[in-house]
Amino acid sequence: MNYLLLIYEDEKALHARDEKTRNQVFQEYGAFTASVRASGQFVAGDALQPTSTATSVRVRDGKTITTDGPFAETKEQLGGFYLVSAKDLDEAISLAARIPSARFGTIEVRPIWNYE
Amino acid sequence: MSTSAYELLQVVLKAERARILSSLIRTCGGDFDLAEEALHDAVVAATTQWPRAGIPDAPDAWLIQTARHKAIDSMRRDQRARVKLSELGHTADLPRGEEEWTPIPYDMLRLIFTCCHPALNQEAQLALTLRTVAGLPTIEIARAFLVSEQTMAQRLVRAKRKIREAGIPYRVPERSEMPTRLEAVLLVLYLLFNEGYSASSGERVVRRELCAHAIHIARVLSELMPEAAEVRALLALMLLQDSRRSARSDARGDLVLLRDQDRTLWNRAQIEEGLRLCKEAGQGPSGGAYRMQAAIAAEHARAAEAKDTNWNQIARLYEALLQTRPTPVVALNHAVAVSMAYGAEEGLRMLGPLVDDLDRYGPFHAARADFYRTLGRLEEAEHAYRRAIELATNDPERRFLEGRLREVQGMAIPRAK
Repeated sequence: MNYLLLIYEDEKALHARDEKTRNQVFQEYGAFTASVRASGQFVAGDALQPTSTATSVRVRDGKTITTDGPFAETKEQLGGFYLVSAKDLDEAISLAARIPSARFGTIEVRPIWNYE
Repeated sequence: MSTSAYELLQVVLKAERARILSSLIRTCGGDFDLAEEALHDAVVAATTQWPRAGIPDAPDAWLIQTARHKAIDSMRRDQRARVKLSELGHTADLPRGEEEWTPIPYDMLRLIFTCCHPALNQEAQLALTLRTVAGLPTIEIARAFLVSEQTMAQRLVRAKRKIREAGIPYRVPERSEMPTRLEAVLLVLYLLFNEGYSASSGERVVRRELCAHAIHIARVLSELMPEAAEVRALLALMLLQDSRRSARSDARGDLVLLRDQDRTLWNRAQIEEGLRLCKEAGQGPSGGAYRMQAAIAAEHARAAEAKDTNWNQIARLYEALLQTRPTPVVALNHAVAVSMAYGAEEGLRMLGPLVDDLDRYGPFHAARADFYRTLGRLEEAEHAYRRAIELATNDPERRFLEGRLREVQGMAIPRAK
């Protein structure tokens, strides 16, 4: 099964983080990505620009309405994702727990819809 | 269907339903609904075939076998399930990492751990455990939790859907996950038990059966995991508390306090089993919260009369429990034990820091009221009893407190004159 691991973190806290911690987390991310690539569980993954760059789009009555900002104002913001292949939810949860941001924020684990 | 065949079928289902189902769910690749349907089909087949062909030598094996065929048939018909079936072909043996648990029957453990998976919310865990492990009909679970049958049915549907769609695996947790996963299972059993033990108002009978179900599942779990001291401790705790059931309320259904209970009504068999389990649990390496609570319950059980209670020891045990479970309610119980061992003055002093946390908790005010009454501070006692009555959550408790209130008022009047 494929699972999307959505990485939520408080952007303010993220920016306030000192240089040393930031480098350390960055390296941890590198190591984690390398290990899930090596194990064949990595399908896709990336970091996102902060929510200040977000644009929300809705179409109502055929009209495209564009607004500045993310879909919803939340305490923690979506900042990145991994799409992984895991044999079950337990495996996906243990991958999520290894994502460095799990220590600071929240990882939401969502199974990918199965069309079969 | 002849009466004897029908009766036998009911007996087999009552005794073996969970075990049969636990095995079928594995055959169905973790799909609870498919397994339940297959079992239902097999039961229907039994009602027509047993009277004709005779009752099979091993009725439970017959049901499993028949249901298994039905399940495989319907999986063959279903496109999505077909994929699963081919996957299962390779993994019909034990999954990796579970070899260490041999030779316990994996399927019941799989069932219990899956029902209590932390990815399910607690309400769902409780409902699913009652439905599949205890085999309770949905309507009875609904009554036990005071919701409509429809609400409970929805809750079960959602839980089973999440298991299927999110890929919650049907397996026994690996050794490294075991402590946290077992904790979740024990909490579910303890909540079930307490739900039944504190049963109030009209639904009392149905809810009390929850105690029996919780004890039964804990017993099954304890047999399957003989190395887990906490499981024994929880079973001991539940047995020791349940042993006082007949003595806990009087003919009117009013609450009788531990110290006023007729101890000849206590269930000796449960006490003896509880004490034995306590001893066994005590020899394990870790000392968790259930062990401490069981030890406290054991102290009460050992006292032939209320005045024989070893309150010094109970106070020590609460102090130890407070280390593992530092909650205001445990601190309250500690204060009560200390007051019994060293006097109400000391107990009252310990309640002081708890007022912020427990001001909305009836038993806090009831304890305070008792301390004031013991110390002859009747006005403060009266005030505290009134507060406890306001906060009481069930009728027997309320009636008990009203009795106490009248008592202190009766004591106060002559003084006032």
